[in-house]
Amino acid sequence: MSNNEDIRVLTTQLAADPSSLVFLPLGEALRRRGQLEAAQKVAVAGLTRYPDLADAHDLLARVLGDQGDLERAFDEWDIALRLDPGHAGAHKGIGFLYFVAGELPQALEHLAAAQAADPGAEGVAAAVARVREALAAREAPAAAPPPAPTPEAMIAATESAIAELPELPAEADDAIFAGLEGARDGLLLLDGNGLRLGGGLTSPSGAAVGDAVAAHLAGVFKDASRAVRLLELGAWKSIAAESGDANFFLSAPTSESLLLLVRDNSVPIGRLAWQADRAASAARAWLERPA
Amino acid sequence: MKTGLAASLEAVTRVRGVRGAMVVSSEEGLVVAEASMEGIDGAAVAALMAGVVVRLSRAIEAAGRMRPAFVHLQAERGALLAVPAAGDLLVVAVTDADVNVGLVRLELRRAAEQLA
Repeated sequence: MSNNEDIRVLTTQLAADPSSLVFLPLGEALRRRGQLEAAQKVAVAGLTRYPDLADAHDLLARVLGDQGDLERAFDEWDIALRLDPGHAGAHKGIGFLYFVAGELPQALEHLAAAQAADPGAEGVAAAVARVREALAAREAPAAAPPPAPTPEAMIAATESAIAELPELPAEADDAIFAGLEGARDGLLLLDGNGLRLGGGLTSPSGAAVGDAVAAHLAGVFKDASRAVRLLELGAWKSIAAESGDANFFLSAPTSESLLLLVRDNSVPIGRLAWQADRAASAARAWLERPA
Repeated sequence: MKTGLAASLEAVTRVRGVRGAMVVSSEEGLVVAEASMEGIDGAAVAALMAGVVVRLSRAIEAAGRMRPAFVHLQAERGALLAVPAAGDLLVVAVTDADVNVGLVRLELRRAAEQLA
């Protein structure tokens, strides 16, 4: 059966039974055909019905990877691994992303886990071997190592779902939130006086607004603390705000700092809370690092 | 109008886990109307929650985004929820920690519509 026929049949099946898991092969077929927007819609709709299905997060991650959104792809694979720690596809995907980022030990760890979870997976064994070679070359440069595999070779070796290999976005290098979505646009860390410590934020028009936003948030921090103290509600944990075009999530990684996470309003608050939790951990590690 | 608003506030307080509800002037931080606020210093809550929402709104506007339509302050043993209404008014609920936030938000929005 051709890919076109596959898609037609699967679409018919999904229309007949919207709650079926046929969205998984349909999304994958669309992705392979390059219909990424349609594939993303199918994956997101499936996740709406099955938010705890690791395969659905894996599908969305592959689509996002094809779209070049590697940070969100990483997040989705990370969720898949939380739901199913042995998920071969998620290990393979994250291993690939670590490889692209030059984090070879982590790449090897995840690719080996993918191999252990699915020993017959074509290409994974070769990928593990290539990463080991690259690691050996890094550790012993004088031994005339073989050339490091290119990301494109990695894709071929692993039959990766990611068809193209864009450069990692610059914000992935951010010192505080490295590796997190929105490390330089959408995450702000500030002190209790409203001074920005890290991260950044741009307005929809592209203007840098991090410092201005941080200055206003210091007052929020103080009023929220006083309000919950007055009501004897214990320490405040978070402030979530929904607007017509964005969702906001504030938390306090430490008693002297404030974290703001901003996403467009298609991202539910629950997901913001989860992302903020990860960012808060990174912020605490950064704040408590040795001088 | 007044009866409708009072009824809307009472509908908010009928949600399990809601300790009280009020309408607040966000400019002045003053209580305009309230329901079931026994044991809660409404005037102080009004002033502080108005401060939180106004400052947060300024931060959000500084980010180039639309003003908030819902604010949820979560604490260890409770929460404060607010929905802006017409003019400079806010509808605020004080709740227990495990309240059904979605249901409270729905009732707060209905109460806010009464103020339009």
